[in-house]
Amino acid sequence: MEQKRTKEEYKKWSQELAPRTPKARNLIMAFFIGGIICTIGQLILKALLNTGLSKDDASSLTTLFMIFIGAFLTGLNVYDDIGRIGGAGAAIPVTGFANSIVSPAMEYKREGYVMGVGARMFLIAGPVLVYGIISSIIVGIIYYLIT
Amino acid sequence: MGTRLGKQTVRLDSKPVIQSWAAIVGAKEGHGPLGRFFDEIIEDEYFGEESFEKAESKFLRETLAKILMKGKVSSGDIQYIFAGDLLNQCIAANFGVRESEIPFFGLYGACSTMAESLSLGSLMVEGGFAERCVCITSSHFCSAEKQFRFPLEFGNQRPPTAQWTVTGAGGVMVGKAGDGPRVVHVTTGKIVDMGITDANDMGSAMAPAACDTITAHFRETDLPPNHYDLIVTGDLGIHGKNLCLQLLEENGITIKEFYDDCGVMIYDPQKQKTDCGGSGCACSATVLAGYILEKMSKRELNRVLFVATGALHSPISVQQGESIPAIAHAVGIEMV
Repeated sequence: MEQKRTKEEYKKWSQELAPRTPKARNLIMAFFIGGIICTIGQLILKALLNTGLSKDDASSLTTLFMIFIGAFLTGLNVYDDIGRIGGAGAAIPVTGFANSIVSPAMEYKREGYVMGVGARMFLIAGPVLVYGIISSIIVGIIYYLIT
Repeated sequence: MGTRLGKQTVRLDSKPVIQSWAAIVGAKEGHGPLGRFFDEIIEDEYFGEESFEKAESKFLRETLAKILMKGKVSSGDIQYIFAGDLLNQCIAANFGVRESEIPFFGLYGACSTMAESLSLGSLMVEGGFAERCVCITSSHFCSAEKQFRFPLEFGNQRPPTAQWTVTGAGGVMVGKAGDGPRVVHVTTGKIVDMGITDANDMGSAMAPAACDTITAHFRETDLPPNHYDLIVTGDLGIHGKNLCLQLLEENGITIKEFYDDCGVMIYDPQKQKTDCGGSGCACSATVLAGYILEKMSKRELNRVLFVATGALHSPISVQQGESIPAIAHAVGIEMV
């Protein structure tokens, strides 16, 4: 290779010249999109509480509604656009979790309901579930020991 | 018979002729700056099929039919077809040429496949083993995203160095005689790996390979860079193009005025939100078969060095933390 740089030097140099991630814009958009999603959740929660449901039931039902909204918007090919603009603001709320399950399910439908939809559905959400459950167990044990 | 000029370069003395060419693209490419040069624009991303993989095969199959039609030959007149794509086991090419009954060589050169197939097809004609060869390749945004990245409807953010896989297929028919652009030099690339591990930054991974092949081409042919009206790389994108220019400059090769990149040419990055530009096998193939050869046949371009670039990684190698090996093949095409 007719190169005047070592691999490390090349990596550094190419990264310096690379277009930058618009961090400020991404942060602001994540704040607004995440905020809008959470506000919608809050409105649903308030409405459910007004119907006389207990706080626990109302918040469980709110989560269900938000999952439905996330899945529905994914099915309508809208959630990927929200994610593109909102970044983590769209990924972290439960709507994003729904998106991460519904999108591979849609993508792999052609490969059949067992090896396609069934096997690939948790392609992205799988690691979140595994490590989420492991950390909840660890936190649970710590909580048990200190109380 | 050709003449070997150096370690990587061969001069083809019979100058095989590119007798016909065709490019069929998807909607986004059709609405881009080069839209009017393509033979057909397919608005439906499924191309009437039930999967993206079948759609990609259809792009290749229809392009092959178009090349034969424009060249006024039938599939029986073709001795070899060199084809490849990005999908695992090259299924787009395998299924695309399945019914053609043409002796078939399947290639994997990632996005460099157009120059690889054109090199081999031209060498085959030069060697006297074939009267005519078809060199063709395809890619599809949706099937490539599915294989290399995330599901289409997954709401992730694209990094600014990302590129957009071109949907479509492009190809040429090279033969012994006739009018048209001729293949004069073939410079075969070697694998260059500068240790880039970010699969969202192909420009950085491939620019050194492009620089290596272009440098070898000029050293071995002894031609001055301005011998060419246009030197065009495959899919380095905006970032990689910039890197490649600077790397060449350091090797004493100044080509800024007549250098471009197919990935930069095919989309309008601001309007079409394609970040660093186009990529995929079809990126260089459709720009060659749609735009460049058309301009050459009208003699608006007389000598073109076509350098398709490829990143030879797989999703598995990336997940295992391996760096991205890259390659670039150059083909010197001239009107004589």
